[in-house]
Parts: sequence; structure tokens; C-alpha cells
Amino acid sequence: MLTYALRRIMLAIPTLLFISLVIFLLLELSPGDPLGDVPLTVPPEVKEKMREALGLGQAWYIRYVLWLKQFFWIEPLHWVDQLLGTDFSRGAQRIISFQSRSPVFDVIAERIPQTLKVVGFSYLVGVLIAIPIGIISAYKQYSWFDQLGTFISMVGFSMPTFFTGVVFIIVFAVNLQWFPSIYDTTLKVTDWASFWQQVRQMAMPVTVLALYNAAQISRFMRASMLDNLGQDYVRTARAKGLSERTVVLKHVLRNSLIPVVTVIALGLPAVFGGAIITEQVFKVNGLGQLLISAIHSNDIPMVLTLTFIFAILIVVFTLIADILYGILDPRIRYD
Amino acid sequence: MNTRTLLLAGAAVAALSPAAHAERGAQGQMNMIFWQAPSTLNLYLSTGTKDITAASLVLEPLANFDAKGDLVAKLAAEIPTLENGGVAQDSKSITWKLKDGVKWSDGTPLTAEDVKFTADYCMDESGGCAQAAKFTGIASVEVVDPLTVKINFTEARPYPYSAFVGGQAPIIQKAQFQDCTGERAPTCTEQNFAPIGTGPYRVTEFRTNDVATFEANPEYREADKPAFATVNLKGGGDSAGAARAVLETGEYDYAWNMQLAPETMGQMVAAGRGDFPTAFGAQVEHIFLNLTDPSPQLPEGERSTVAHPHPILGDIKVRQALSKAIDRQLLTEIGYGETGRATCDVVNAPEAFASNTQDCMAQDIEGAKALLDEAGWTVGGDGIREKDGRKLQLLFQTSVNPVRQDYQALIKQWWAEIGVGTELKTVDASVYFGTDPGSPDTINKFYADVEMFTDVYEGTDPGTFMAERACSKIPAPANQWQGENTGRFCDPAYDALIDEMGETADPARRAELAKQMNAMLTTQSMAMLPLTWRGRVSAVSNSLQGFDMNPWDTEFWNVADWTRAQ
Amino acid sequence: MTENPHDALRSAELIRDSAATAAAGPGGALLPAGDPAAVAAAPNLTPASRSQWRDVWRQFRRHRGAMVALVLFAAIVLFVTVGPYIWTIDATFVDIRARNKGFSAAHPLGTDQLGRDMLARLMKGGQVSLAVGLTAMLIAVTLGTVIGILSGFFRRLDAPLMRMTELFLALPLLPLLLLMVTLFREPLGQAMGPGLGTFVLIVSAIGATSWMQAARIVRGDVLGLKEREFILAARSIGTPNLRMMTRHILPNVLSPIMVAATLGIATAIITESALSFLGLGFPPDFPTWGRLLYDAIEQMQMYPWRVILPGVFISLTVLTVNYIGDGLRDAMDPRIRGR
Repeated sequence: MLTYALRRIMLAIPTLLFISLVIFLLLELSPGDPLGDVPLTVPPEVKEKMREALGLGQAWYIRYVLWLKQFFWIEPLHWVDQLLGTDFSRGAQRIISFQSRSPVFDVIAERIPQTLKVVGFSYLVGVLIAIPIGIISAYKQYSWFDQLGTFISMVGFSMPTFFTGVVFIIVFAVNLQWFPSIYDTTLKVTDWASFWQQVRQMAMPVTVLALYNAAQISRFMRASMLDNLGQDYVRTARAKGLSERTVVLKHVLRNSLIPVVTVIALGLPAVFGGAIITEQVFKVNGLGQLLISAIHSNDIPMVLTLTFIFAILIVVFTLIADILYGILDPRIRYD
Repeated sequence: MNTRTLLLAGAAVAALSPAAHAERGAQGQMNMIFWQAPSTLNLYLSTGTKDITAASLVLEPLANFDAKGDLVAKLAAEIPTLENGGVAQDSKSITWKLKDGVKWSDGTPLTAEDVKFTADYCMDESGGCAQAAKFTGIASVEVVDPLTVKINFTEARPYPYSAFVGGQAPIIQKAQFQDCTGERAPTCTEQNFAPIGTGPYRVTEFRTNDVATFEANPEYREADKPAFATVNLKGGGDSAGAARAVLETGEYDYAWNMQLAPETMGQMVAAGRGDFPTAFGAQVEHIFLNLTDPSPQLPEGERSTVAHPHPILGDIKVRQALSKAIDRQLLTEIGYGETGRATCDVVNAPEAFASNTQDCMAQDIEGAKALLDEAGWTVGGDGIREKDGRKLQLLFQTSVNPVRQDYQALIKQWWAEIGVGTELKTVDASVYFGTDPGSPDTINKFYADVEMFTDVYEGTDPGTFMAERACSKIPAPANQWQGENTGRFCDPAYDALIDEMGETADPARRAELAKQMNAMLTTQSMAMLPLTWRGRVSAVSNSLQGFDMNPWDTEFWNVADWTRAQ
Repeated sequence: MTENPHDALRSAELIRDSAATAAAGPGGALLPAGDPAAVAAAPNLTPASRSQWRDVWRQFRRHRGAMVALVLFAAIVLFVTVGPYIWTIDATFVDIRARNKGFSAAHPLGTDQLGRDMLARLMKGGQVSLAVGLTAMLIAVTLGTVIGILSGFFRRLDAPLMRMTELFLALPLLPLLLLMVTLFREPLGQAMGPGLGTFVLIVSAIGATSWMQAARIVRGDVLGLKEREFILAARSIGTPNLRMMTRHILPNVLSPIMVAATLGIATAIITESALSFLGLGFPPDFPTWGRLLYDAIEQMQMYPWRVILPGVFISLTVLTVNYIGDGLRDAMDPRIRGR
């Protein structure tokens, strides 16, 4: 398993480089314009100058190599400088966003806390709800609990968050006035009052997202449990006189986790990607909002950096999932 | 920081409550929401109106336009004119005198050096200044004395109020930005996110595309202003959500740039917490008819170029018929309600320049049919007219926007009634308004027969705007499709009027020329079909006083006078 | 003051959201769209005795939820296909005098902000949404299943296929779609007409960008399955690989595929509407359920039915497909059958 992991990590480097190239070319070829937002009153000559100032006058391969250098060399140097107070990166250009003309990594660092708080927490809640629901639904297939769970999760999944979010705002913020409709990213938790405020402002976005995630995960959990509950080994285990709890929670659950692990492993990088709609509806302004606004204004350095970090996370988490498969089911061997 | 100032403000309110109105920073926090969040506060590097508006809390120009479109002195002592000698007799220079005693928020005095530096900063070739158009035609900016600055133009400039006038061209501090010129401009994140200004507020924190906080500028030149101790400017979300936060939940005092259906607005106002102040300036929703052939059968490089006149729309009778079939009043009522007015004119304001044409207002389906009959288009089997084996079928594109899609649906139906078939197409706004020469879907490339968008001009003088319809500004492969004359209108007589306007200083004559050109573009040639004169709309809570919607400049032009309603 | 590209943004996010979190859709077989039962069963269409299929059907009929769902689903399909022949008002006909009307005899489900008949719009919209949802889901599930099985079964293919999956997972969807539309909208529109051309484009765009989750899940299951005794047994009697995959592997990974397929329909319907808001989807005079839902949200407080109706149709479709899937899965599992 260790050699397998090492080999995968070695292989990940060229894969990631290739992915970065593909993403870069994609952004390069897609028809948007970083200056699409500039008012129509700005004459074309001025736009041309602005374009040059963004560095768009150079050939694509030069800009790509420059970005690679900035990402893999200058940015790490800058972090070292920050940590040790050294001066290695002085004068070197960091990756600069087209929109705000500020270093991309500073903006990302600014956004991570709110995304982790809202999206990460809702994912956690979602998983914690989904797994028990999936297990019970499968164990008591076609009971009222299962029927209700199926109904709620299917309706929950087919109702997009742009809809549920607005319904929540109208009911709980406008009519009942329980929660604020707008998330305050500047709020610092210092005492009970501000903690309570933080809880109140997180309540709606977390609920909306957790419902959506739970709906999906619980379905996979249920299906996988059902598959395993009918297997011969379950009958054997029961015949051996193992308690029902041991049979279900130890034997069946463990064998049912593979698809769920896959879904969760793919979901975790998505947490970093942020929840675009939900962030928008509640004005959380996390990484999802950052990505979408960057895409819309064709902020190539920002989109490239964000998606590349996303790609790294995907590669890492799929590797973790693959290793977990081996732990969950020792029969799986990669060598 | 934030909480401390709030506490201080609270204490101040308690101590001075009867006179709170007249005390700086006595009224706590003002909350604003921008559904498009500001990206930077250095508007010379920015790409959008959102940034210009947000920056105007901090930065000020020499003069602003007021809500009526008249110039008012801000940092200037007075508005230079020919009469007071501020504008040279030959129109080749303008001399501004600064107010005495104005200080930057760091306590240092504002001088003519800062003004000159601002011009140099924006005119730096390698800086990519977004407001460079404001500074074109300037030969030099001279510091005459610490409070006087003279701008020399390369040639006579009949309308000299461009540089340092309006929220797009405010003064930045030399001491802060002198190491940030040219190519270094984008590296100065700290400066770009927190410019030092002379305005009523100063920046305390700026998070790009998210939130900005400000506090009252202790050095502001009017001792009793501004009334609010802090300003919280939140960004993100959508127009409806922002309006809801002001008018339904009351969490915010002000929401910028509303684009909502009239019914939604009516319902929100009914809650009684605030209103949608609207003012009409230079925004007009137009239909542009392509006078060149966009047919995909033509080789690339010849589509939509003057080499091939449009086989259908080349005929003025067809263009007239298309215009007659449209009910502009109904469109406007459905799409914009109180925030739009039906119009037949390209230029509707200021008053002196407006033609107030009325002859397109009444919808005339029968008249339109008669015109098409005259032009030789006969109704075919499927209800669509034909001529010489060609169907009267048009491709109608616009950006993705619910109001525009309603306009498309209505217009398609009216055109169907007169026997014109319409295929609708929508394009993502960032592509549609982009200028990527490789993209087939931009307004400039115009690979469609008909397109619709809002055209707008800056300031109160439409001279530059009218000049955009010159033959030389037709987008073509040769100029990378960069011209502004999207409809490909070309008339030597019109070009002659552009030249005349470029040399005319007399406001009355300028207005007359503008009306003449307006008529040539609309009633006489039907090259453009103006539909709706759009207002600028924001949502303002009843608890905010002093807001005066300004269609000509930044909405924060008088933000120092805003107060909390008692 | 000028245009706001952000109008459309809201929608863009939809795409990311749906792709990132939901991207479920994996699917059936290279069959044309159509009867979901046939589709779901298709992967198993190996030479099986007729009686086995009769068994499946008999079992399926005993599943009450599935039968109710099948009837409802058929009703929805009839509603959108036959409905327009009975209720003949044109879905795009604008009747200004009848704007924003409630339920009435002339407009049983009311009208929208331009006086277009909601009943007709729901029927017309359903045609597009159902067709897109089912086809895109089929493409995605098929792609995902094939890639997942191949990569789980053949060790040699595992690395390249999974690296490709990672690439697709990492690609930013929106620029990809913009590029696809720019490149192919006009040629496809000319070759097949604007309606069909857009349909092909949208369906393949959604399908091509939402198969990854299914592929990962199927592969994970296959990795475990292929070490099981019955596979070893089959191998020991010399079962060829193709037969091994279709007869032994596929039936055993069917249940996650079913889940992915059900979720995939919902995702595809919503993603289609997201594409429309970006100007990447159908022309604006094609109503779809997703678009009807989205357009009505702003005025939800005044005209709740305009949100509820398309929402109910989307949910009902997803629910029925889910129950049909459940029923089929149970019916085809010989261990459950006859229990």
C-alpha cells in the first residue's frame, strides 16, 4: 500500500501539471473578456492599454510559464519570508488578480475562514445526518421512516438551493425576523453575544446546504446497505448468533461504506470550492463567490489558481479514498 | 476598532442628543449593500461603476455634477468659465483654483502638486489607467502655485470639463501613490485598497469583492460632517436580495443599482420601510439594426462588414416597419414601470439636448404591414413574408437579463403580426459586452440581424457619444472589431456634423447639433430604435435622509450630507 | 450603469454547485431516450431467457411504490407530450391583457408576467426538461459506468482513466461550457436547426461534465467485487472479460448506479436551467421547468403558484424515477426476488 501511495504521489505531479495546462488553455480559449465589465463609455484605445497593463499582450505560453513560476516558486518564497522575516521574494511579482489587482493568495486566505465555517460545517452536519438516516432506511426498508426519508431527500435534492435559500429568507428573515438575511463576514466572535450572532447568521445557510448534502449521501448509504444486507455473509453472521447491532453496524456498515467514502471524498474538495449559490443567496462571500465572480470577469490568474488548488485537493482526496478502500475491504489490492 | 468607534459614537449621541444632527460621527453606522461588490478602491485601476461609486466616499474630484447635471465645485474654489477667466479665450487651457485649507485624511494639506500627480498617474502609458479617456488631449498639467493648477490641451477644447470632473476622475494623494506609477501600479495593494482622500469618510478595512468599512474622516473640511461615525459597505448577492435587506428586513439603509421587475418593486415599497429613488440621465435601451450582412454563408472576415449591405434591413422601409410595430410605452411599462420612460430619442437629457420626439410612440401594425407591402415583401404560406425567395427572418440577440427576455418575447410577437419571423438568442453578458475579437457573440461583432442593449454616455455632454456613430468607428476585422459604431451606420453628412460639434463651444449650437444628429440616427434613417429611457435606481430606507439621486455622477456625490432620520 | 454581467452569474453558480456537489448522473446504455424501464434494464440485455424478464416484471408489479410511480411518471410523460394537442394555446403567445392572472377557466393554471398561459408553458417546458434530464442522465450514467467498470476491472486502464476523471473533476465548468457553446452552437444549429442543435449541445455538455462521480463510485465497488469468490469462480471456468463485466460485475453495481441516475435527472434539469440563464441553453422562447422556477423566484411572495408548479413537476419526476429505480433494483435482485 505504501509503495502504491508513493507511486501515486509521483504520478500526481505530471498529472497536475497537465491539468494546469488544460485549465489555462481552456480559460484562454473561452470567449469571455477580462474587460467585459468596463463601462461602454470607455473608448477602445483605453481598453487596449488596460489589456496590456494586465499582461495580456504576451503570448499564452509565456504567461503560462510565468504563472507556473509564480505559483511554485515565488509564492512559496513569499510564505517563507512571511514566516522567517527573510527577504527572498523582494521585487518578485506575485500572482495578481485582474479584478482587484491584489495578490490572489491574500484574497484566498481572506475567504477560507467563512467558507470553512459555513460550507465545511454544513458538510459535516450533512454527513452526520445522512449516515444514520441511510442505515435506518435500509435496515427498515419501506417502513414509514424510510418512505419519509426518501420523500424528503428526493424533494430536498430536486429543489435547488437558489430556491430553498430564498424561501428560508422570506420565512425566517422577512416574516419571522429570526435570522439576518445577510451574513456579516466582519463579525468577530469575542463573547457570548457575538457567538450567538454568529450562530444566528450561520443557521440558514448551513441548514440549506446540509439538507442538500444529506439528501445525496443518505441515498447512496441506503442503496449500499441494501445491497449488503442481502449478502450471504450477513446470514452467516446472524446464524453465528451475533447480535443484530454487531451484524448491521460492524459487518454490513463497513462493507457498505465504499461508495459513501467515494461520495464524501469527492465532496470534501467541493467544500473548498465553496457553495456558489448558497454563498450568493446569503452573501457569505466565501471561495465559491470568489470563483464565480472571477469566472464572470475572466480573472484568469484567480480562476487558474483557485481551480488548480481544487485540482490538487481532488487528487489528494481520491488518493485518500483509494487507500481507505483498501482498509475497508482488505481484499482490494493495488499491487 | 469598529466596536470602539461605535461605542464612542454611542456616547456622543447620549451626551449631545438634541444637537446630534450637527455633530460629526454622531449617528452611528450607515449600512450599505452593493450586490456587485467593489473590487478595489483605486478607480484608476478598476473596471466597474461599483468601484467608482464606492471610492467616492473617500476620494473627491475638483467638481461634481449635481442631481440636475450642473457643475458644482468640490475641491475647487469655483467652477472656471470663460467669464471668470478660468477657461482661456482660445479654449486651449483651463485653470482651476483649489479651496484653501483642504486636508487629506492623514492631516497633510491638499496642493496643486497632488492634482498634477493624479493626471501624471493616469496618463502614464504603462499603467493601463481605466479612466484615461478623461485625460485625453491634455498636453500638460502645470502647477501655477500651491493652490492653482492649469491644464493645457493639445487643441482647442470647446467643452473643457473632463479631467478632475466627476466621480470618475478624483484627486489621489501624491505622497501615497508616488511609488505606484506605471507598471508598479498593481503591486501597491495597500494603497489601492485604502487610498487616502479628502472626502467625508476614510477606509478602515477593505476586503476585495466582499466588504469595506469606513469611518468619519477627522480632517474633513466641514466640521459638523459627516453625520455617521462608520459606514459598512457589504457586497454580494443579487439585486432582489439587496432590495429585500433594505425594504423588507430593514437590515440596511441603502442598496445600490436596483434591477427589479416593477411588480416586485411595488410589493417591496408597500412594506413602508423605504423607496426606490429614480433619476433619469443618459441611459437608453436601444435596438440596433445591422446594416451589414451577418450571414454565416459569407467567409469569415466579411460577415457583418460594410462590404456586404444587409439584404433585408438595408431597406429603410423595413426598418421603419419594424419600428412601427413596437409599442414602446407598453414595453417600458412592463419592463421598467416607474423606472423607465418610453422614448424615440437617442439623447434624452439634459433638457437642452432632448428632442422629445413623439412620432414613434403609437404602435401602428397596419402602417407597418403597408410599408412591408410597399417594399415588396409578400406574406408567404407560413405567415412569414417573402421576397425573391428570401424569407423575412431575423436573428435577434441580447444579453441574459429577465427584462430583456420579456422585451424579446413581446417584440417577437409584434413582428410576427406583421409577418416578420424572429429567432431569439441570448448571450452571457460578460461575453456579449466583451471585446474579445475571437468571440462571435460580442455586440461589436454583431453576427446577428438585430441586437439590443443599453447605450450610455458620460457626464452631461453627449458630444463624444454622438461622435461614436462616425463611419470611421465601424467595427471591422481591420480594427480588431474595436469600433463603437455597432449598428454600422455611415453617413458623410453625419460625419460633417460630428466635425462641427468638435469645434463648437456655444451650448445652444451644441444642443441644436445634437438634436439634428439625433434625428439623423432615428427618424430619418431608422438605424437605431431607441426604446426606453432608463433611470438610475437605488433602494433607500426611510431612516436615511439627504439622499439625492444623481444620474450624472456618483450617487455619493453629496454623501457628506446624509443623516439618520430622527 | 452599463450592463451587469452579474445578472447571469447567479445562474452560473448553479452549474458549479450542481456539478461539484451533485454531479451524480451516471447512466444506462447507448439506447435512445425513452422508456426508463427499458433503459435501466438495458445493461442486462444479455441473452437472458424471456421468462427471467417476466419474473422481473412480476416482481416489479408487486412493488406498490414503484407501480404508483410508474403510473405517475407515465402521466407526466403524457401531460407533456399529448397535453399540448388537447390544450392548444401556444406557450409563447403573449396576451398583455391577461398578465399575472390567477387560476381561471381561460387559464387553468394562471398566466405569467407577459400573460403567457402557465399550463401550456408547463407542458412545453416539460418536454424540454424531461428530454434533457433523461438523455443527459443516460449519457452521464453510461459514461460513468463504462469508465468505472473498465478502470476497476483492468488494472492497466485504472491509472489513465482515473487521472482523466481527476482532470474532468478539476476543470472549471463554466469556461468549458462557454467554450463549447461558442465553438459548436452555430455549426450544430445550422446542421440540425436551432432547437435540435441546442438540444444535442446541451445534453452532451451536461453529460460530458457529470459522469465523474458515478465513475468513481462504480470503480470503488468493482475493485472490491472482482476479488469476490463468485468472480474467481467465473474466471476459473474461463469466462471471457466482456461477459464477466456484463453478467457478473454490472448487476452487482446496479444500485449505486440507480441512485446516481435518479439524482442525475434532478441535476440535469436544474443544470439546463442554469445554462439558459447564462445564455448557453435554449433560446429564451423555449420555456423549461428549471427556467420557469428560476424566473418566478423574485416574485415568489406575490405569485407563489408560479414557483410551486414547476417545482412540483421537477420533484415529482425525480421522485417517480427514484421509486421506479428502487422497484427495478429489487425486482432484478434474485436474492430479494421471491422474498
